[in-house]
Parts: sequence; structure tokens; C-alpha cells
Amino acid sequence: MKHTLAVLVENKSGVLSRVASLFARRGYNIDSLAVGVTEDPDISRMTIVVHGDGHVLEQVTTQLNKLIDVINVTDIRADDAVERELALIKVAADVETRAEIIQIANIFRARIVDVAPKSMTVEVTGDEGKIQAIEKLLRQFGIEEMVRTGKIALVRGAKKV
Amino acid sequence: MTTGSTEKVNGAKALIKCLEKEGVDTLFGYPGGQIIPFYNELYDSDLRHILVRHEQAAAHAADGYARATGKTGVCVSTSGPGATNLVTGIATAYMDSVPIVALTGQVPRALIGNDAFQEADITGITMPITKHNYLVQDAQAIPRIVKEAFHIASTGRPGPVLIDLPKDVQNIEIDLQYPDRIELRSYKPTYKGNPQQIKRAAEEIANSCRPIIYAGGGVISSNASAELVELAEAIMAPVTTTLMGISSIPTGHPLYIGMLGMHGSKYANYAIQESDLIIAVGARFDDRVTGKIESFAPNARIIHIDVDPAEISKNIMVDIPILGDAKQVLRSLIKYVQCCKSEEWIEKVNQWKKEFPLTYCHSQDTVMPQFVIEQISEVCKDAIIVTEVGQHQMWAAQFFKYSKPRTFITSGGLGTMGYGFPAAMGAKVGMPDKTVINIAGDGSFQMNSQELATVVQNDIPVVNVVLNNGYLGMVRQWQELFYDRRYSYTFIKGSVDFVKLAEAYGALGLRAEKPSEVRPAIEEAVRSGRPAVVDVIVECEANVYPMVPAGAAINEFIELEEH
Repeated sequence: MKHTLAVLVENKSGVLSRVASLFARRGYNIDSLAVGVTEDPDISRMTIVVHGDGHVLEQVTTQLNKLIDVINVTDIRADDAVERELALIKVAADVETRAEIIQIANIFRARIVDVAPKSMTVEVTGDEGKIQAIEKLLRQFGIEEMVRTGKIALVRGAKKV
Repeated sequence: MTTGSTEKVNGAKALIKCLEKEGVDTLFGYPGGQIIPFYNELYDSDLRHILVRHEQAAAHAADGYARATGKTGVCVSTSGPGATNLVTGIATAYMDSVPIVALTGQVPRALIGNDAFQEADITGITMPITKHNYLVQDAQAIPRIVKEAFHIASTGRPGPVLIDLPKDVQNIEIDLQYPDRIELRSYKPTYKGNPQQIKRAAEEIANSCRPIIYAGGGVISSNASAELVELAEAIMAPVTTTLMGISSIPTGHPLYIGMLGMHGSKYANYAIQESDLIIAVGARFDDRVTGKIESFAPNARIIHIDVDPAEISKNIMVDIPILGDAKQVLRSLIKYVQCCKSEEWIEKVNQWKKEFPLTYCHSQDTVMPQFVIEQISEVCKDAIIVTEVGQHQMWAAQFFKYSKPRTFITSGGLGTMGYGFPAAMGAKVGMPDKTVINIAGDGSFQMNSQELATVVQNDIPVVNVVLNNGYLGMVRQWQELFYDRRYSYTFIKGSVDFVKLAEAYGALGLRAEKPSEVRPAIEEAVRSGRPAVVDVIVECEANVYPMVPAGAAINEFIELEEH
């Protein structure tokens, strides 16, 4: 089962490597990891997607909390949160296929952010499923390059992590 | 946040002043190019510095000092190879939760990342084996970092902290103000157990008929020995300890049933397997203790008292976790408990104790290693016993009679050969009035025997008793039992004359070859007041029994007749 962890950490050099090496040496797998500074410039927030049962999640959480630079760890439940990923997809495109690609992008509320004679770049945000769906549809035209951020998530409503 | 006036000093001097403020009296170290500014200031300071002969020994000595005194030990080295030589010592301290602070020199900031001469990324290297570490980028941060380092090392679940100091940072002048408070928003260990959980634990105890207390190193590090004994007596429960928990309860206490696990006493292993309630205190259900985890104590409910939340339900699911300091939790628990209905149980345990005592084949002609331990136990009743790692370590755990906490010092988690002698040196420096004996094997002792120079130069009268069987004995035992007696590269007989080795360094060297010579040799070494090595030629193929093979349930013993 997949879990999304919001991890608040001190915004210091080396923290990412402390977190990543903890996962490696304890044998936990990271599906994705996104990190950036928060509204407080002294604090960074990592969104880490891991899979494992409740026992693994418990261990990940307590081990993370043991790191001195980790301020707190919250398991964000999917039904209770806004979750987003962003992908940039460079698709092969010519005069004949361009219109169809634009149509697909519109349906997914994605944006065309670059056009060249033989390709187009699509920017799409959404949850994992949406990004997989558009990727699948664009594959027929030939995906030349694709980059995805890890997932980021915020709890809905007034609640904070 | 800060007290006292500001003074202008360089980073190195600031570091020394901060160490003094933390109550440090002794450092174990070895100088080198990138730590010279620190050593330059140390020259004028009142801090005692013990110059070791290998940095690994500095880390182990700081560790032995910490375990014997309860204070935080400090070691120092230069960058690169000096720092990497500390690694085994830091990992040893990490596995056994020992508070040490390691100070390392580093190349100047401008050269970091350039593969400069004697550069090593020691904060990167030690990340998995320190509780926390620092690369000091700003000299002005030295006072805060030192304050935090000692706080982190010694509180919660203790552990090593490393501070890496670039050479230029040591030279920069700063305004020294030592902070009197720590502000670490992310680090707040829990000491006081949850009262609800403690009450639940007391209820479990009241309902139990076959309780057992399983005590680990946490009891010793939180100075909870008195509370442990008080709880055991209040509820009339037998107490077994891990290797790390040895000396937390006197060996002679009627409720003590010895160490459990792979080389534990049979009665301790039978007792834990048959128990209906385990009260685990400052122990972590290590694989050497539980054996095959699915078969461990099948009918027992488990109360687990530990200061580290990550240990709760890590290896085995527990029924009542109590997060907190062993001493504080035990104190509150004692207030609620009543004696449980354990008379029959105690009788049964005592029966096992009579039926399956720890024993060995006595001999008139050959010195049995276990006999040597018994002799040490009689001659040096209140000594601090330090060990290396291997068969002799297990015999020291089984056959010495401990009476006070912090008198058994051993590398339990990492199992570091070469730990004992430097750790004994650190223990003796910390507790100069105590007799300190390092029980060693002929293999282990050779891993750090160069420290004979250190103990002679600094007049640290540690007595090493080498149980010399000419083998790397524990591996040989495994080869005998599980590898068809194929003694692949474990034969080391005749590697060195330990008596001459001791004498070459200016230490006292003695040899015992017959049982009758053992006691006089030990007595002479202790009486001499000098650093000493007693080379005891022992039976070469003695084994450590009882033994539970790796992966078996802990009541499935191997028993072979001694030949």
C-alpha cells in the first residue's frame, strides 16, 4: 500500500542526504520524493511516497523522527488531501498531428508550453492517475522526452501538518 | 540565551573553552595537519590529552571512559585517514548507545570537495553511525554546535556525535559566548512514561503468573539498576539480562538468572520461553537474544519500556509500549505494582537453575579459560571488567560475578575485536581508583596491542589477561560445529610472545601455563600497579556452551561433550 508522508525538516545542507540514506540503509523504498522550502524559510517540506504495510510505515516514521533535523512527519491520507504532480512531456508533432495533440491537452486541462517544427511540449498537472492517462494517450504520437516531479500534497481545510 | 561576557578568541580556543564548559576533563586523540590549530591551543589548556597510537583506540577509549563514568567521552583526530580511523569506534558506540563526541579536523573550507590532501567526507561517511553530526561552516556557530552536540550525545537514547572542523574555521576569531540553553525544536526526548500505560502495565503484572524481567543496556545508561532490583523484588520476578545489561543486577542476586540468548544460560532461555509476561527494560530484542523470532516466548504478553520510539515493535510486536527513561518509568511503575502470584514459577526457575547450571569440564593439567575468569572474579571482586570480542567475551559474561553497574564493558552490538584494550584504558582514566581488567583473546588483543605504548607513557595501569588458545576461537568453534572442523585461517598459534611484547613496551609481562600459576600471575599483575599483560595458555579447543545455533529457537541447544 502506498503512503504519502509530509516531512518538515530544517532547511540546512545535508538534510536531504540524511533522509535519503536512512531509507537506503533501512531497506525502505522511495517511490517519489519532492522537496522545497515552505512559508518559513528555515523549514523545508519533503513529500515522500513510500509503499509498505502499516509496520513498515510505522518504522519509517519513527526512524525519520529520530533524525535531529526532522521536525515532524505526517502520513497524509489521499481522501483527505489535495495531491498533485507535474509532468512535462515532449511529443513528436507535425502539421497533421498538432491539432489532435492540442485537443488531448485541452481535455486534460494541460498546456502547450513549447512548439517546434517537429515536436510540442505539454505541461500537465494532476494526480498520478491523470498523468498516466495523458501519457498513455500521447504515446501514439511518440514521446521523445518526459520529466515528472514527485507528488506534493496538502491536507484539505484548516488542518495543517 | 547566553551568559557571561563576550571574549574574542579563535575557533580552536573557543572549542576548548566550550569543552571545559561542558565539564570535559580528558580527551583521547592523535594530532595531524588539519587539527594543528586545535592542538596548538590545547598545549596551553588544563584539559588532559591522552595521545593514543591509533585513532581507532581514541574512539574506543572515549567510549570506555563514557561507559565507566556515565559522562560523555571525547576523542579527537585529524582529517582524512585520522577521521576514517575513528569510524569503527564511532560505529561501536552507536550500536551500544554510548555518548561520545568526536572532533575531527577537516581541510580548509575553500578546498572541501576538491579531493584535497587528507580530505575525506567524514560527515557523509558517519551519517549512518552517528546520532547526529556537524560540518562547521561558520566559526561563530562553534559554541552553539558544541552545546548541541553534548546535549544530543547524552540525552534520550545516547549516541555518538561528530563535529568536523575545517582548519580555517579553527583559526578565525569569533566572539565567544557560551549558550546556556539549547533550542532544538525537533529533538525532545520523552522521559516520563505515560501514566495510563504504566497503570496498564501494573495490571498486566498483577494478572501474570510467570513474569520475567528482561533488562538491557538501557538500564545501565539510565542508572536504573536500583529501580530494576526493586521492581524484581516487589513483584518476585526472575531477571535475565542481555550482554549489555550485565552488571545492572548483581550476579549473586537470588532473582538473577543470567544472560539469555545464543550463549545465555539454559535456565534464562527456558524461563523466557515459558513466561507469560515479559517486562523488557532498555533492551531491543536483538537477533542474538530472540533466536528464531517466530518461536520466541510464544505465550508471553510483552511490556516494553524504552526511550527510543523506533525500538518499540521494531523486531517483535509488543502489547504495552511505555516510552520513557528506564529509571523514571520503573520508579512510577513500582508505585503501582503488587506482588504477583509467582511462587510456583520462581520455584520452577530455581529448579532449572539447579538442573542446568553453567558449567565446564574442569582439568588439573590444562588451564580452562572459564577457570581463568573465575580466578579473576575471586581476585578482583570490584574490578571493572572490559572485554574484547569472541569466546573470552562470552566466558567473561558467564563466569565473572558482577556486583555493581558499569563494571562490565563490552562491544555488544557491533562486536568489535580490538575494542577491549583501548576501552579499558579509557575506563581506567575515568575511574583511576578502580582495578580495570581487560579480558582478551590472543586474536583480539593483537588488533590494538600498540596501545601498550599509550598506557606505559601515560601510566595507565590496565591489566590485560589474554586467554591464549592459539585460535580465533569463536570462528573456530563455528567451524568445528557447523563447517566440519575445517579450520580455515583461524589458527594463529605462535604469532607473538605476549610477555616479550609487553616488556618491549615497558609494561609488565607474565605468563601462566598451569592452573596453579593463574591466580598468582593475576595477583602479581594487579598488585604491581603497572600496565600489564598476563599471557594465559589455555585449552585450545574449548567451546562456549550453552549454544543456540543462529536461526534456531532459543530453547534448542547444541550440546557437545568437551573432548
